Amino acid sequence: MSGLTPLLVDSLFPNGVAHYALGGLLIGLGTAIIYLGTGIIAGASTFLETTLSYVSDLPRFNKAKYVASRNWRVVFTLSIVAGAAIYTLTLGGGEWWVSEVQPWRFAVGGVLVGIGTRVGKGCTSGHGVCGVGSRSRTSFVNVATFMLVAIGVAQLLQALGVSP
Amino acid sequence: MSDGERGLGFLLTIIVGGLIFGFGLGLSNMARPEVVLDFLQFDDFGLVFVMGGAAVVTGTVFALAEATGRRAPLTGIDYGRRLKSFDKNVVTGGVIFGAGWGISGICPGAAYASLGVGNYPILVAIGGMFLGAYLQGLWRARRTESATRGTSAD
Repeated sequence: MSGLTPLLVDSLFPNGVAHYALGGLLIGLGTAIIYLGTGIIAGASTFLETTLSYVSDLPRFNKAKYVASRNWRVVFTLSIVAGAAIYTLTLGGGEWWVSEVQPWRFAVGGVLVGIGTRVGKGCTSGHGVCGVGSRSRTSFVNVATFMLVAIGVAQLLQALGVSP
Repeated sequence: MSDGERGLGFLLTIIVGGLIFGFGLGLSNMARPEVVLDFLQFDDFGLVFVMGGAAVVTGTVFALAEATGRRAPLTGIDYGRRLKSFDKNVVTGGVIFGAGWGISGICPGAAYASLGVGNYPILVAIGGMFLGAYLQGLWRARRTESATRGTSAD
């Protein structure tokens, strides 16, 4: 039994769990700092619509609370990019990294993510991190839904031989 | 309160929070679509620790802040649960989002961070997200327009 547990852990987490857990804590900490200072629950996907208000007259993107938050959301997004760059230059050992996932997957997946997050009122950070943290039933339903569908779709593509 | 009325402290808080958030996405490897796809294909369950670790922190901090009954110092917004209402869009959106996440292995926050680790092809995904958000806004506008026309015809 004592020999089986490490084996199981190895097969479920072939790359260990430390950097996952620590990274997760920092993601939560970043969100928590913004909440404590401002009372705002900062999800990542609202940036898409608020930024569209700079270039589009559609009423959907020009809701008062979108226009009022669009500038700081640009700052928030650029800070996320910078934070990841700082990681790369420090703990990441200074090695830049480029994905080998096929571009069509980014294009098609990106469009669906853009539609889905806005129709569903949030994404992995808004619902997955903040909503679940708030014990929101709406967010639990949203997360369970996208998790199951994503697992099904990813495994279907894998079965069809799409890799990476 | 618009951005212009908010002070330097507000912006600094957003910057510090965003930097830590992005650093965490880099450290947890969520900025790498391959790692997310490994989770979805059951090859590496590490993502559970990322989402779980983050939700434990936000859950604890949100609950403690709410218990104080105070307001956020920089905006005066009170610490309370602002739960999103439930309707069928939450499920429909979840299905569409899940399909996109399963195809690409990328979600908005991780996509921004992905750019920061040097993954320039992710610009295709970010462009796609803007297009998707725009199409959704266009569709909602059309629907509202036809609904208005429907009522005025009565």
